[in-house]
Amino acid sequence: MSESSGKKIADQVGASGLALNEKLLWERGRPGRSGMSIPDAGVPETPLPAEIAGNGPNWPDLSELEVVRHYTRLSTWNFGVDTGVYPLGSCTMKYNPKINEKMASLPGFAGAHPLLPDDACQGALRVLHEMERLLADIVGLAAASLQPAAGAHGELCGMLMIAAHHRHAGAKKTKILMPDTAHGTNPATAAMCGYREVKVPIGVGGKLELAAVRELMDAETAGIMVTNPNTLGVFESELADISALIHERGGLVYADGANLNAIMGRVDMGKMGVDVVHFNLHKSMSTPHGGGGPGSGPVAVGEALVPYLPGPRIQFDGERYFLSDAQPLSIGRLHGFHGQFGTALRAYSYILSLGPEIRTASGLAVLNANYIRAKLKGHYDLPYDQSCMHECVFTDAKQKKFKVATLDIVKRLIDLGFHPPTVYFPLVVSGALMIEPTETEAKEDLDAFADAMIRIAREAEENPDILHAAPTRTKVGRLDETLAARKPVLTGDMTRD
Amino acid sequence: MKELDELLLPDDVRYAEDHEWISERAPYRVGVSDFAQDQLGDLTFVELPDVDKVLAQGDEFGTLESTKSVSSLYLPIAGRVTAVNEAVQDDPGRVNGDPYGDGWLIEIEPANPADVSGLMDVEAYKKHLEETN
Amino acid sequence: MNLRYFPHTGDDIGEMLETIGVESIDDLFSAVPAHCRMDRAPGAPTALSEWDLSRRIEEMARTAGGDWKAFVGAGSQPHHIPAVVPALAGRSEFLTSYTPYQPEMGQGTLQAIFEFQTLIARLVGLEVANASMYDGATAMAESALMAQRATKRRNIVVSSLVHPHWRQVLETYLAPADDVAVAALPALPDGRTDLSALGCAADPAALVMQSPNFFGVVEDLGKAADAIHDAGGLFAAGFSEPFAYGILKTPGELGADIVFGDGQSLGQAQSFGGPGLGIMATKMEFVRQMPGRLVGETVDNRGQRGFVLTLSTREQHIRRAKAVSNICSNAGHSALTAAIFMAAAGRTGFRKLSRINRDLAEHLKKGLLRKGFTELFSAPTYNEFVLAAPDGFAAVHEALCRKRVLLGLPLEKYYPERAGAWLFGVTETTGKDEIDAILGEITL
Repeated sequence: MSESSGKKIADQVGASGLALNEKLLWERGRPGRSGMSIPDAGVPETPLPAEIAGNGPNWPDLSELEVVRHYTRLSTWNFGVDTGVYPLGSCTMKYNPKINEKMASLPGFAGAHPLLPDDACQGALRVLHEMERLLADIVGLAAASLQPAAGAHGELCGMLMIAAHHRHAGAKKTKILMPDTAHGTNPATAAMCGYREVKVPIGVGGKLELAAVRELMDAETAGIMVTNPNTLGVFESELADISALIHERGGLVYADGANLNAIMGRVDMGKMGVDVVHFNLHKSMSTPHGGGGPGSGPVAVGEALVPYLPGPRIQFDGERYFLSDAQPLSIGRLHGFHGQFGTALRAYSYILSLGPEIRTASGLAVLNANYIRAKLKGHYDLPYDQSCMHECVFTDAKQKKFKVATLDIVKRLIDLGFHPPTVYFPLVVSGALMIEPTETEAKEDLDAFADAMIRIAREAEENPDILHAAPTRTKVGRLDETLAARKPVLTGDMTRD
Repeated sequence: MKELDELLLPDDVRYAEDHEWISERAPYRVGVSDFAQDQLGDLTFVELPDVDKVLAQGDEFGTLESTKSVSSLYLPIAGRVTAVNEAVQDDPGRVNGDPYGDGWLIEIEPANPADVSGLMDVEAYKKHLEETN
Repeated sequence: MNLRYFPHTGDDIGEMLETIGVESIDDLFSAVPAHCRMDRAPGAPTALSEWDLSRRIEEMARTAGGDWKAFVGAGSQPHHIPAVVPALAGRSEFLTSYTPYQPEMGQGTLQAIFEFQTLIARLVGLEVANASMYDGATAMAESALMAQRATKRRNIVVSSLVHPHWRQVLETYLAPADDVAVAALPALPDGRTDLSALGCAADPAALVMQSPNFFGVVEDLGKAADAIHDAGGLFAAGFSEPFAYGILKTPGELGADIVFGDGQSLGQAQSFGGPGLGIMATKMEFVRQMPGRLVGETVDNRGQRGFVLTLSTREQHIRRAKAVSNICSNAGHSALTAAIFMAAAGRTGFRKLSRINRDLAEHLKKGLLRKGFTELFSAPTYNEFVLAAPDGFAAVHEALCRKRVLLGLPLEKYYPERAGAWLFGVTETTGKDEIDAILGEITL
């Protein structure tokens, strides 16, 4: 890369930003202020018995503007998709359309009480019912439920249904197969359902192989949890045969939909033999990640698991929508009300906006990932050198000899104005850098990201100290995580004010 | 991380494949090797068993945590726990700073003291490290 | 239609394919066997423009129920949301970021969540709160699982006066375990939980209660804490209306070991029941058994204060099958929203809000008693209460429904033995005039 293009990257970086300091909330304010004007109720006060009366929380009192300044300043220390390229692998940080937010905040929806009589909330029930139909249709399965509140909750829902199915059949199952590329949520979920994980080693090319599954699948095994494409960005092309084998031996197939963004409108889960799949609406369906949720993790199921879906279910008799508890085999309720309605509504808005172009979204996501793969190949070690799906996984193997590790690479990336990829995952790859650009990044942004990565590869060779010192342009530098874990300080001083 | 020749490997303890060490004679202290503490990085939490717990060879007797990892500890030979090092629970950094001294983890009464000599001596352990890394 | 979210021009795609070395985008899907491919265009039939989309969804919003006036909470409360709350929470640096795995790029979220943890710990009177669960129901289920781990016991005792939906979620979570007995405690005549039956479960891991309970009754948490501690278990105390703790003693000071609840009241729209905000707090001695994200204070390499995700070894991405829970994404943005609400209210404002809510509810209660309703329970209530309705009330309820007013919830649906009992509630969003007007509609 020429020096001039190196300068060009620096030009694009917000190196001259104004980072304002901001205290902790309770280091501001004065007792007696309030950020809310609260009128008197105009009714007599009804005193509480002394034995239950308390003093109220020890919260600071701030004026409205103090609150505004506080959170506005904090927000400027954050980096979001709206700020810049955010290629966090496995998280699908695509653009979150503004219209979705507007639709979710319509007072008709936002003000709806969840226990209204069915006839009072037909519009809301219709959103949920249509979303269920759309989601099931998008993956080629029979039915869906929107009760699960997040991806891991969808996994729990799916595995509880599988467990209920086996229990109903009188089959004793103690184990579940899991490729060693699985997200940590998979073994954790299986454990919550009483299953012991049996790891299936991935084969050549980073793929699950029928032969390996045949070896391990026995009568005590409930089935398999599989992510497709897997966390290496590789499509599990033997899955249909694997599913057939699992079914033949009395098991069921759970598909983790974390990576659905690669295959929407292109792959039919039903044809792959999947019995249940979860969606992450905050990934593939564009709802905001919110700094860690709320997401939404609906599940779609094939015919075998329809009777086990969480209840109550939303039914439509051709004229009206209604909630129905008439499902004797249902695993029961998974959420206080109807799931993450507001999130489902945003996703509904997205699905209607895209229409049949949902297929294009996946096509462009895969195009973008392969473009990054092609641009960075040669500069970084590519453990599985083949066409990828929506994400590609590199490692720090080429940089290690300069005593530069993945962590140093990504910290430097921060200084150059990009959010780092996912690091040190999947665990089967040492020093992994997992890049998922998503379809909403333009070619020139991908070029800028790739140029920054190439520049870092060169710096690792020529001036590794820059990488070890990074980031230097952020509000804070590298933080002492060991200190935080050894002497946990998880709340502010509770006595000081 | 340390290169193999930078590791501190005393010759008065015996080593297990999982990188625990045990004293050659009473009191039989158990800890983790310099290699293990170096691989784990700065430790943040140490979980140890109750005194008097009776464990078989290979049983898990606790865990070591760093900020990004959790590792199980396995007892190299069968025995009863007679003491645990409370100081490392308060300050896990001792395991990093002095893995064979202040950073010891538990003391045991071996079911059969002769089991100790069945473990690797320092030369065998060095070879084991070379082969596995 | 040229989709606004896809930046690729035909030239872009051509150049990119050339760099990759394939002919077409479809070539990139060659790993998908032909028999697994989708052979139709799934999803919505046509792509909608913003105006067509708005028209369609706005149409549905008109019948979604948001214009109803509900004189009932039952786990979802219509509180006023100050304008600053959505304005600040909606800042896209907060909204469009993810879990701050790279702390240097997420100090805004991290400090805000650290503050949230602190404000919640202060609200419920415990030492540490996590950075959120999905909702109150799932926070309760996770509290029970947490108590099982902390006590190394299995059985759970739960009050029958906990929100019925939350108890159902607990049952769903516990279904795979065939070694767990779940025992339910009945109600006393005063509307509190009958603790005398606590001994019905051997070696309980936890007593799970809610205060104010589903009937709005303030439980005797201190007595409950003593009872379960005597039995060697932990006390998990919940809430669905955090406003109560503006004027009531906190569960922490009354002996709770774990507090769970839903924080929807703190600045979140009701939104047909979700997203809510699962709240969970505990004592430091149990923190390693608590699920969910935690933010901790530390310093950076320049000596400045900063914040990081910490104690992550509890979590699934590190401990996998042995993790304390499978939870990953939680309700981060709801937690931020709640923090902004708590900051805007402050202690002074929150106490006043809390007081107003209680007084307006008592005003409604007195009005209904004058109309011939009778009290079923003698214990004090907060915000919500249960009354026995006089004959003919069902017809009045029905008539009000036609005016888009939901005056109360019949308890019979949840407690079949309580036919004729109704749950009512009111918040600061319903003024005295409005309450009096509704009371005027009740002619029996």
